[in-house]
Amino acid sequence: MTDNDILVEVRDLKVHFPIKRGVLFDRTIGHVKAVDGVDLRIPRGKTYGLVGESGCGKSTLGRALLQLTPPTGGEVVFDDVELTTLPPARLRAMRRRMQMIFQDPMSSLDPRQNVESILTEGLQTHGIGDNRDERRAIIGEALDKVGLPRWALSRYPHEFSGGQRQRIGIARAVVLGPELIVADEPVSALDVSIQAQVVNLLDELQESLGLTYLVIAHDLAVVRHISDIVGVMYLGALVEEAPSDRLYTEPLHPYTRALMSAVPVPDPDVEDRRERILLAGDLPSPANPPTGCRFHTRCPWAQPTRCADERPVLRDIGGSRVACHWAERIASGELRPSHGGAGVTGASDGGAAAESVSIAAPTAKADSADG
Amino acid sequence: MALLEVDDLSVTFARRGQRTVRAVDGVSFSVDAGEVVGLVGESGCGKSVTSMAIMGLLPRHPGTRIGGKAVFDGTDLLGLDDRARRDIRGRDVAMIFQDPLSSLNPVIPIGLQVTEVLARHRGMKGDAARKEAAGLLDRVGIPDPNRRLKEYPHQLSGGMRQRALIAMAVACRPRLLIADEPTTALDVTIQAQILELLKELVHDSGTALVMITHDLGVVAGMCDSINVLYAGRVVETARRRPLFREPRHPYTAGLLGSVPRLDSGRGEPLNPIPGSVRDVLSWSEGCAFAPRCSRRVDACLDETPPVVRTHDARSYRCVDPVPLPGAVPAQAGPADQPGASSPEPNEEKTRD
Repeated sequence: MTDNDILVEVRDLKVHFPIKRGVLFDRTIGHVKAVDGVDLRIPRGKTYGLVGESGCGKSTLGRALLQLTPPTGGEVVFDDVELTTLPPARLRAMRRRMQMIFQDPMSSLDPRQNVESILTEGLQTHGIGDNRDERRAIIGEALDKVGLPRWALSRYPHEFSGGQRQRIGIARAVVLGPELIVADEPVSALDVSIQAQVVNLLDELQESLGLTYLVIAHDLAVVRHISDIVGVMYLGALVEEAPSDRLYTEPLHPYTRALMSAVPVPDPDVEDRRERILLAGDLPSPANPPTGCRFHTRCPWAQPTRCADERPVLRDIGGSRVACHWAERIASGELRPSHGGAGVTGASDGGAAAESVSIAAPTAKADSADG
Repeated sequence: MALLEVDDLSVTFARRGQRTVRAVDGVSFSVDAGEVVGLVGESGCGKSVTSMAIMGLLPRHPGTRIGGKAVFDGTDLLGLDDRARRDIRGRDVAMIFQDPLSSLNPVIPIGLQVTEVLARHRGMKGDAARKEAAGLLDRVGIPDPNRRLKEYPHQLSGGMRQRALIAMAVACRPRLLIADEPTTALDVTIQAQILELLKELVHDSGTALVMITHDLGVVAGMCDSINVLYAGRVVETARRRPLFREPRHPYTAGLLGSVPRLDSGRGEPLNPIPGSVRDVLSWSEGCAFAPRCSRRVDACLDETPPVVRTHDARSYRCVDPVPLPGAVPAQAGPADQPGASSPEPNEEKTRD
């Protein structure tokens, strides 16, 4: 990719939240490093998917990118404009060009505003449209784009189903004619059959309006479906970034591999054949992340040297960016997962609980009854 | 004779001044000992209400009507009085809920909550109960169980709370375990741990498991037999492989076609089911799925479609089912395996 079609560039972005304690005088006793040094670039007209488990900082990153949460450090460059140092008035003007879609349409739409009022608010803020009729025309177009009928204008959010509400949320974002849309878990609150409608809608809108997306989701299948580039986050940092197809066919980072192997696929044949990499324990606390590679406490490939004391940086390996000291040797099969065999218990240190790690063989027991 | 035989179960909620809701409308399915049976459907299809009715956990309200039968090992669970039901619940039949934080008591240590079950059903007290509880926590993979017994639910992580809940459920070695969306609140890597644990428990102790979920992927990896629910009725029942390979009911096919898969490429458009779960017809007027169905014919709107049973322990409720392959348009894809078209005579286990 060439530099000039990059719409958004994030450089060394950090968001640290202070942990306060004290009755009269708040003392800061530490920081939760929700986002701790992320670099990424989103090409214009493409979709960047951000995946990770809850607490990995993916939502905070999205909000910091839009300056909804002030970053502690680093830069966000949107179309050659540095956002972190922009005066508030100019930032507000920039916001027209970058909009957000939220996870839960019920809590992100005001129940006492009808759809027309919801959609007009942004237009008024940004001074788009001279009078009511003109605004109505713009809103009407937005409704057409997201597949809602015109009579929806006078209705209230509770009168719609979940999928339709999410369409209202999308209409609110596209009505301003943005270039970038940050979608935070846009489909995870929806039923399966409705998810597909919204995913298709996002795809169509991207095609017809030339939108650039940052899609934040925990569902890897959804992200794979709509993203061109996927970044995998773990404890506030990117551990791997690659073109969508490459990431899914050749995951290089151990965490990415574990994530992929954990996603259930609706196909019994795939399910029976697959090798699961079960990770030990839970995500460590971001207030007290492990030293060195943050994943080493749960990593089946963790090595005695480097992993615990040297934080790996993202480096290029054949088109992917990977933050692992041993990525090449893991990919070549030279390094084996340390708890190889079946169900050997491995203790792990760090704040997380140690649980058994096992590399399960393809399970055969579940299908004794069906051939 | 199946371990649990649910026959024509129906639950209606009537509230004054509101429309009467038929949440469950004649659900029938059966579970054999040691079998994993899935109840799959979207929100509002009645899958959770079904499990609550079986467990006798629906709130008592004059407007709540439960009909039909749920025969567990010869006794109809729906006809039991409170005392008899409490004897069975927790001992022979246990349940795991979706959200472990709201199903654990926040002000009571984990240990006390686990030993409570042991005291009630197995008469264990004091040190013996504590020891057994520690053993249970250990069995479900909670490290350092003796310390955890003294902790409160908020001190445990989500995955660990779910493990504690599972420990409580299996404390009396129940013969039937009902898991209502046991992993929905969890991250994928934790979900994989919990599913693996459930598989192990079922395998080791021969417990029958009813798995209630909306996630077809979870079902594909776990269940022996699957019931797909829509608007309060079972619309299709099949063994695992035939269901995914050759879905017959258009709703099943539609569900499978609308899930993005990890092993499919970028940008292949999904085939969503049009409309939403709100667009239902009452079953008495025809097929509830007809308003959203791509295969709708006039007959769908005339009367309730009858249940069609085929040789391979499969049944579906549709007058114009998806034809068997080679032409399954909604789900054609990389999943098609060679030999997929041959019906499998060894898919036995017929239940009549």
